[in-house]
Amino acid sequence: MSEREAARLRLRRGPGLGMIALRCAPHVPGLGEALGGALGGMRGAALPERGRIVSANGGAVAWMSPDEWLLLCPRERTAGLLERLSRELAGEHHLLADVSDARAVFTLSGPGWREALARLGPADVSPAGFGAGMFRRSRLGQVAAAFWISGPDELRLFCRSSVAGYMEALLEGAARGEGPGIFDAPGA
Amino acid sequence: MLILECPFCGIMADETELAPGGEAHVRRVGPEGSDEAFEAYLFMRRNPCGVHFELWRHAHGCGRWFIAARNTLTLEVYGTYPAQTDRPPAAIVRAIRRRVPGWEWQP
Amino acid sequence: MSLRLSSGGRLIERDRPLDFTFNGRRLRGLAGDSLASALLANGQMLVGRSFKYHRPRGVVASGVEEPNALVGLGRGGRFEPNRRATTVELFDGLEAVSQNHWPGLGFDLGALNDLAARFLPAGFYYKTFMAPRGAWEKLFEPLIRRAAGLGRAPEEPDPDGYEHFHVHVDVLVIGGGISGLQAALTAGRTGARVMLVEQGPHWGGRAPVEGVRLDGRPAAEWVDAALGELERMGNVHLRRRAMAVGVYDHGYALLHERVAAHTPGDGRPRHRLWKVRARRIITATGALERPLAFVGNDVPGVMLASAVRDYVVNWAVAPGRRTVVVTNNDDAYRSALVLREAGLEVPAIVDARPQADGPLVQRAREMGIRVVSGSAIAGVKGRRRVRGVRLCAHEGEGAVLEEIACDAVAMSGGWSPVVHLWSHCGGKLLWEEGQAHFRPDPQRPPTGADGAPLVFAAGNANGRMETAAALADGQVAAEAALKALGTGRERGGARAPLPAVAPEEVAPMLPVWLMPRKAGAKARMKMWLDFQNDVKVSDVELAAREGYESVEHTKRYTTLGMATDQGKLSNINGLAVLSEALGQPVPQTGTTTFRPPWAPVSFGAIAGEARGDLFQPVRETPIHRWHETHGAHWEPVGQWRRPYAYPRDGESLHDAVIREVRNARQAVGLLDASTLGKILVRGPDAGRFLDMIYTNMMSTLKPGRCRYGLICNENGFLIDDGVVVRLDKETFLCHTTTGGAERIHEHMERWLQTEWWDWRVFTADLTEQYAQIAVVGPKARALLERLGGMDVSRESLPFMEWRAGELAGFAVRVFRISFSGELSYEIAVPAGQGLALWERLVEEGAAFGIMPYGTEALHVMRAEKGFIMIGDETDGTVIPQDLGLGWAISKKKADYLGKRAHQRPHMTDPNRWKLVGLETLDGSVLPDGAYAAAEGVNENGQRKVQGRVTSSYFSPTLGRGIALGLVEHGPERMGEVLAFPATGGRIIRARIVSPVFYDKDGEKQNV
Repeated sequence: MSEREAARLRLRRGPGLGMIALRCAPHVPGLGEALGGALGGMRGAALPERGRIVSANGGAVAWMSPDEWLLLCPRERTAGLLERLSRELAGEHHLLADVSDARAVFTLSGPGWREALARLGPADVSPAGFGAGMFRRSRLGQVAAAFWISGPDELRLFCRSSVAGYMEALLEGAARGEGPGIFDAPGA
Repeated sequence: MLILECPFCGIMADETELAPGGEAHVRRVGPEGSDEAFEAYLFMRRNPCGVHFELWRHAHGCGRWFIAARNTLTLEVYGTYPAQTDRPPAAIVRAIRRRVPGWEWQP
Repeated sequence: MSLRLSSGGRLIERDRPLDFTFNGRRLRGLAGDSLASALLANGQMLVGRSFKYHRPRGVVASGVEEPNALVGLGRGGRFEPNRRATTVELFDGLEAVSQNHWPGLGFDLGALNDLAARFLPAGFYYKTFMAPRGAWEKLFEPLIRRAAGLGRAPEEPDPDGYEHFHVHVDVLVIGGGISGLQAALTAGRTGARVMLVEQGPHWGGRAPVEGVRLDGRPAAEWVDAALGELERMGNVHLRRRAMAVGVYDHGYALLHERVAAHTPGDGRPRHRLWKVRARRIITATGALERPLAFVGNDVPGVMLASAVRDYVVNWAVAPGRRTVVVTNNDDAYRSALVLREAGLEVPAIVDARPQADGPLVQRAREMGIRVVSGSAIAGVKGRRRVRGVRLCAHEGEGAVLEEIACDAVAMSGGWSPVVHLWSHCGGKLLWEEGQAHFRPDPQRPPTGADGAPLVFAAGNANGRMETAAALADGQVAAEAALKALGTGRERGGARAPLPAVAPEEVAPMLPVWLMPRKAGAKARMKMWLDFQNDVKVSDVELAAREGYESVEHTKRYTTLGMATDQGKLSNINGLAVLSEALGQPVPQTGTTTFRPPWAPVSFGAIAGEARGDLFQPVRETPIHRWHETHGAHWEPVGQWRRPYAYPRDGESLHDAVIREVRNARQAVGLLDASTLGKILVRGPDAGRFLDMIYTNMMSTLKPGRCRYGLICNENGFLIDDGVVVRLDKETFLCHTTTGGAERIHEHMERWLQTEWWDWRVFTADLTEQYAQIAVVGPKARALLERLGGMDVSRESLPFMEWRAGELAGFAVRVFRISFSGELSYEIAVPAGQGLALWERLVEEGAAFGIMPYGTEALHVMRAEKGFIMIGDETDGTVIPQDLGLGWAISKKKADYLGKRAHQRPHMTDPNRWKLVGLETLDGSVLPDGAYAAAEGVNENGQRKVQGRVTSSYFSPTLGRGIALGLVEHGPERMGEVLAFPATGGRIIRARIVSPVFYDKDGEKQNV
């Protein structure tokens, strides 16, 4: 990768994140509090609206589908959170599963991430179509992926761990060369 | 390339993010069904030139099944709605009737 | 002789010469040249041969519509066949070769077809190669195949990159002429997301060539100003060299951009395929000039009149020194004027109209050009080059009135809007009598998802043929598109004034479909409609006579419009000729269907990044690297790569499999079973749900226990199998086949979401969360005990039960299930620890002679035990009852998916083929898929069959070939010998036996 390319986009495998899949009805009493508490100190606000992700205290909750959430946390907190949620949701119909090992995480840093995604999938990743706080599940290349903005000029995405090698090569390819510059325009 | 709005996550999903599921609102016929009813359930599908209801799954998204009410001739989409129903919602029926006067839902 | 003029040429840079070769000959062009203009500048008029008759062919057009000047471009991996010389930008070192001739362009043996032309009429192949049947395969097909196809495929890997790019816009404007620019300006000023694309390297379309003045300034200045404004907008994206390939449902459009085709090897992608989702689309795609059908209109040197002036104005290239113009309209007079202004001779303008006296005609006369009205061309002199034309009266049969010496002919039959993109997605057309062309019908546009118009045609593409109207139409189309968007933006800014354009007065054209009008049959055999495919007026008329009334049928019968140019020049003329032959008006005949692509797209662009290692995803288990470093021979299983076997140095694959099977049967083997599907099913209704999904009763399974289950679809056919584990009262873990994981998870979710949505069940696909390792063989228990941890004794962990615990410090679930018939433990750990556990097992297992085994040993061992494999014993038509699995179908359940189907008469037919074992009499291995012959023949005269082989292996345990198969009444015919015809007339005899070849009582797995 040339220096110029690296300035536009750097690709990093990781960080390894703890991930917990939670399925339960959204109207279960105390769900938001349970999730907020799990993240640490949040009250009620940890139930993201559809298509969004809320972050706090090094963790996050992403909306996966109307009855599914994904908790993201530092790896070492996974077991504790699972236990805690399982306790708090006892008596409610739900499913909790540690899926940390089933997913591979990548971080794209630099202003070129929008173009890299636009090369690989159909989602509208223009500033108008995709902004901070959104959590998008879509297709990159030939596999499913989910991504969100994790910081200034930084995107985080994950895919299934079995296709991590494919995803890495795919992203490396998309990070190479100069794109058409379609998101560089002043008002774009 | 169809572009359908997933009623669950609100995303305008490209056809490549979706998986097709065939005709919607087909009623299951179980062990008590007659030969004729069961044969119709297994094999008989509508193929209309006009208003049609199709099952789609937001495969590269929330994974949810939804139903698209659309026109196979003009490609117009009257609306999409969750698959957890055995008939199109009233709002969809109204939307279709606005465009196809006199149209009737036939189970 | 075509030549470069000493002055002019708005696109060329005379101080930047470029060297290139054509058929190995070194030639020189200028920066800004197209390959076609550079060839013409070098006097190279002959550029190729036609497809059928191998007639000499010259450049006829100046753009994408060019049917003749197809070349092979580049060399080695960068070779690209069938490139239009007219759309190739010249670069230094370009190499081009002509096509469709042997041995040479000048002398071509295939041209003998031309001498035989009258024996090769339309439909010749269909008629001639009907009989006898045998001759087709041996004689005709090889001959035709050798002659077929244009160009040749490159043989080396393509060194260049290709990419896709997805973009979402409000308005996509296709065409960078003045109408498209005006549309983009109008839309862009409202702040809408706009993309404007132009297929060529230059903006402005034809206006700069035509000398149009906008607001009193040359068109090029207005174009530059418009571009400047668009570039400053920020919400508008501009792309040159980006050709719109097609318009599809709901505003999806494909663009093919030649990024680095003219700068090969500069590191940029060669092509980029844009996948645009546009809420509205404006097609400002211009118009194409139609040729005229006269005798010899295919001789090199006969060109479209507009192309002639393009070459003069853009590239200072003249197709000849003396050019006769032949026309049915005023527009071609512009070519005569341009030629004269460049100092070239125009001996005559042959105008088919009885009277010619519009302003343009007047100007031509004023310049001293002779105008011969009411006349036509009776024939072109010359074969590889125009030498002259013979004139006749248009309203006659072709009696020659005079001959005029010339070396080029500029022809114009009028203009047709480019309606392709409008039509791709359902837009309908209107016949415009006055212009004799089809144009978009604004009342019947392509519609979008909202039912409102999706595509808006503008300018020439909309039949607005005059500059002022075309420009205004760009604005109208953009406003209509914005209005349809429903954003209210169309009311936004004030309407900017359009530039003033001097009015043009144009006299009516005269529809001319062949000239002279009453030409005889012989003449019609020399009037070309489709230059590339050699379709003549006579061919279309023959099709009509033979009953081909539908234009779609005529197209396929004559091959009119089926060449790589897809009839851009020939379609309207062809269907007009067909209409006349059928005695009906043109709109009644209609057009053939316009389908994407508008022009050919490279395979590289379509593939994008999906080539080489990225051709498709390869799925890897957590233990993949270990397999790789230990010599695994891979087997693709779906997108997974699984070790087939681990051959050692000098060991054959077959021997490796034998060794792996024996070791697992006698000591202990290790299998990476991580690819097996693992679906968590949880909820108060989970048992009830699984009772519907599986044919067995799953709700009665006790926590701690495992049960083998079968899944059928509603047709009753077996679609998957696997072991179901009850984790606790509300939670089940369903194992599926490797290929079934996603499929079965989707199957479960579909039923939950669309049928039983009130049942309280959640599922999750945990396939990749766990690595699963099978420890298999008589020494398996000893090995696990050596690892230390949980109790794995027979008493604490009996067959078909599971326990959670710890082994060698790993938190594990251990399932006592067996797919080999041996003592077997399947151990699940979080995927991240899979490799560590595997390595630990290998290390500790050394003392027990542990060896990993692959999928082939797995297959052999399961076949020795008569265990079925989904995809081998099943093929989508097999029910569990066929496989002796009736014991796994609950008789107590009122319902399960497939139950009703299992009651259908065909499913209960006693003659269904059933599973048996097969043992060859000579011990050999039966061919997989071989059929057992029966007596007699069926109604098609084929030998009747009574069974087939579904799996076949060499069994190291038994030392002979064994097979599983489905045989009619098989289980009732134990001991009977069947004959399996094999290749080479061989017959293999095999005895029907029990499908369980080894350890029939299952004692070994239950120790």
